Amino acid sequence: MSASEEKAKEVSAEAAGHGADTSKEQNTTGIVFIFFVVGLAASLLAGWILFPKVLYSQKQQPFDFNHQSHMAMVDNGCQSCHFFREDGTFSGAPKLAQCIDCHEYVQGGSEDETIFVEQYVANYHEVPWLIYAKQPPCVFFSHAAHVKGAGMDCRTCHGDIGESTSLPVYEYNVITNYSRNIWGKNIAGFKKNTWDRMKMDDCSECHQKNDVKQYSVQTEKGACFVCHN
Amino acid sequence: MKLSRRCFLSFTIGAAAGINLTPLPWKLTDDLSIWTQMWPWTPVPADGEYTFENTVCTLCPGGCGISVRKVDQRAVKIEGMEEHPVNNGGICVLGASGLQYLYGPFRVESPMKRVGNRGEGNWKKISWERAIAEVSEKLGEIRASGSPEKIAVISGNKEGTIAGLWKRFLNVYGSPNYMTPASIEDSYEAALYLMQGAKGSVGLDLENANFVLSFGSGLLEGWGSPVWMFQASAKLKEKGKVIQFEPRLSNTAAKVDQWVPIIPGTEAALAMAIAHVIIREKRYVKNFVDTATSGFKTYQDLVIKDYSPEQVAEITGVPESLIVEIAREFSEASKPLALCGRGEGRIPGNIHEIMAVLALNALVGNINSEGGIWSVPKPVYINWPDPVMDEKALAGLQKGRLDGAGSEKYPFAKSLLDRLPKVINEEKSYGIEALLVSNANPLFTMPDSAGVKEAFSKIPFIVSFSSFMDETAKFADLILPNHLYLERYEDVPTPSMFQKPLVSLAKPVVKPEHDTMHTGDFILKMAALMGGSIADAFGWDNYEACLKETLGNQWDLLKKQVVNVDMGFSPNPWAYESKTGKMEFVATAINKSADSKIGIPHYEDNGIDGGPGNYILIPYDSMTLSTGYAASSPYMLKIVSDKVLYQNDTVVQVNPKTASELGLKEGSYAVLATAVGEARVKVTIFDGIMPNVIGMPSGLGHTAYDDYMGNGKGVNINQVLGTVEDPVTGLNAAWGIRANLTKA
Repeated sequence: MSASEEKAKEVSAEAAGHGADTSKEQNTTGIVFIFFVVGLAASLLAGWILFPKVLYSQKQQPFDFNHQSHMAMVDNGCQSCHFFREDGTFSGAPKLAQCIDCHEYVQGGSEDETIFVEQYVANYHEVPWLIYAKQPPCVFFSHAAHVKGAGMDCRTCHGDIGESTSLPVYEYNVITNYSRNIWGKNIAGFKKNTWDRMKMDDCSECHQKNDVKQYSVQTEKGACFVCHN
Repeated sequence: MKLSRRCFLSFTIGAAAGINLTPLPWKLTDDLSIWTQMWPWTPVPADGEYTFENTVCTLCPGGCGISVRKVDQRAVKIEGMEEHPVNNGGICVLGASGLQYLYGPFRVESPMKRVGNRGEGNWKKISWERAIAEVSEKLGEIRASGSPEKIAVISGNKEGTIAGLWKRFLNVYGSPNYMTPASIEDSYEAALYLMQGAKGSVGLDLENANFVLSFGSGLLEGWGSPVWMFQASAKLKEKGKVIQFEPRLSNTAAKVDQWVPIIPGTEAALAMAIAHVIIREKRYVKNFVDTATSGFKTYQDLVIKDYSPEQVAEITGVPESLIVEIAREFSEASKPLALCGRGEGRIPGNIHEIMAVLALNALVGNINSEGGIWSVPKPVYINWPDPVMDEKALAGLQKGRLDGAGSEKYPFAKSLLDRLPKVINEEKSYGIEALLVSNANPLFTMPDSAGVKEAFSKIPFIVSFSSFMDETAKFADLILPNHLYLERYEDVPTPSMFQKPLVSLAKPVVKPEHDTMHTGDFILKMAALMGGSIADAFGWDNYEACLKETLGNQWDLLKKQVVNVDMGFSPNPWAYESKTGKMEFVATAINKSADSKIGIPHYEDNGIDGGPGNYILIPYDSMTLSTGYAASSPYMLKIVSDKVLYQNDTVVQVNPKTASELGLKEGSYAVLATAVGEARVKVTIFDGIMPNVIGMPSGLGHTAYDDYMGNGKGVNINQVLGTVEDPVTGLNAAWGIRANLTKA
């Protein structure tokens, strides 16, 4: 075979091959697109469904507590138990000293009360409550400024916990160790109510809306240092 | 279907695009940023109710009131107690770091029994029942063998109920050997007794003085009750003048109005020379001297004959004209006051020096008068009935004290602990079978460390009641840890040098951190277990009950306000309890047969041993280093200058002249050798120290605690310091020691 013949043969072979490639390519593009969709779907699934499950873990409260039944027995609402001390600091979760007057002995007979009286009151061990609204230590927050100063209602930040009959499940972030209530239940950070989230943006939202002083009363510093010390 | 590279890339792109449509990256970024600010190992103080509880600090004899700030039940800070008569809201660095002793890892957490060799540091935990049983059994055996005098107690408590309980226990047991570490106060007490017949402690009415001559006293170095002294010095600066005579530019010397360098150990001569000028120029308060004193003629003759400024200028190195000038200024001041006792007053010192200074005060009429030097009666509230003693006890007490205090030779001393090592090592008397150490760390704090250790090695049974693993505890056979001062009740008598009689009550502000027991309770339990007349002498169920009964109607008051002070107290400058009823320039109580001058204030060059050495080593104290039972805290060690402690080396101060003589440069290493021991030191060249004198910091060189409490940081000055017995009191009068310094 001459060299020219050989060349002609190669060209025809190439042409034939090209025709076959076109149909194959259409086929491949479909598969590639399917892979794109699968990847997209998988990550959406991972990000929206799987991620929150992995990010948050649950802890059991020492025992359950019925806010509603206690509210019915006190005169001063939330502040009957979650009170301000004489120096203006906020007491937070009640200590044994406040409970012991009524609960020195089992009163009602619920299982939770029995645990409380037998395991904690009897040995005078403080109950290691898990605090849903506990902020990181770098955040300076004064209950007195908000409740006494601005006359805010507890509900604005804490919701309807006072009317609940049992405690919600305590969920915490496995990376930061903080309660899920700070970011909020919605993983995307959307909220319907003011108490759904307790992040910095939620504080500043309210502060801006109400035109709160943009500097700290104590340090007279502004910007970040209003709240961060 | 074949999976191509394209498929994989496509999947990745799809996943990447998808993940950005989820909250994951944004939430994760937020969480990670929070995480980086909240390292789990960063301590975060627990929130809770803030409260303050007042009590008394007993880390030194200063007796300051403190306010402990608590968050819920946890103590988080110690501050000075406002309006306390001693410290009025102030606090020193030792007191402020009290929590480091409370939470420190060097605390003894439960009773421990030694396993293995002494000092090796191998311990076995035992129960309190077992500990009480072991000690009472051992002491029972010694008593049964017929020599109860062979037990001794070394205690940091000179007064109060803990001292009372120990003494009572030893009494009914049959041992006279209750010993306490001595200080300048012991010498002052002896001097007050000798010259005035007073049985109280010394007090200085510094608030009302306006011209102070300090013969080496470290007013800003921890002398007396340190915070009170700081505050009084600050006031003195405003309204008067302080002159400091000291061979070294100490902090005090640097801060006072005038610093007069003086050849070390010659302070008594200077006091006598100032007296000479005052007498010669008839500047003394004649009315007081004529009416209320005796022996003035003899004293005057001696002062005029031997202590002219000219003669004394030669002894002290202080120019004659300056002596005259200071004497005139002193006598002209409306409220002059002279005081002595070197550094923080750790070393009791020479009785004649104190007598010379007291005589100087008498000349200007300020003994027991406003702005002067007072004898303060000790608060009397321990009124326990005398115990019934059995024959064994009486026989044991007959044997007399091992240290010779109260004997014919040393009738004016109550305790001569510094003599004990020599007595044991030279086997001059009966030996000790059991030693109980309470609230003290003699292996660290006593001069001649090697000698003390040798003596302790000869004692077959040593019990330490220390809260900390200190040098003595580490060398003991049993450690029975006491509660820390913040965890226990205890009465605290009048602070060092304070002029108003007072009683304070230390009370528990926190629950005990560890399985510790109040030493008072231990004594009661041990006595009860030993039975017989020993048990009968203690009728109390526990220490708190004993203290409550003892304090009587003061208990409630003290619990509420911590301190009970007689602010209206002032002594009578015209009446004395001495034999002559007067303030005696010549102490008639001293037997004069030995030495014609022994009862008269005078100067004698006897504060230093004749050992080898061309130089003189003097110790110096500072507020940042604790020399007593409580070792310096980590906070304190952080603020020690590198001219005092350089890394792990003690730095000694040397005059440039002396340094060039010895071929030493700044930072050179040298070996410091005395008759007692040797130490490797670093040298700093300091213009503020006299030639031929070497200044060495005290309080360094712990070996038993831990790295943060100064283990291996410098050398303990007691390794190179010795003792010199005062001829009258028998107390340690060594203000320094001869030494050689050679380049290492």
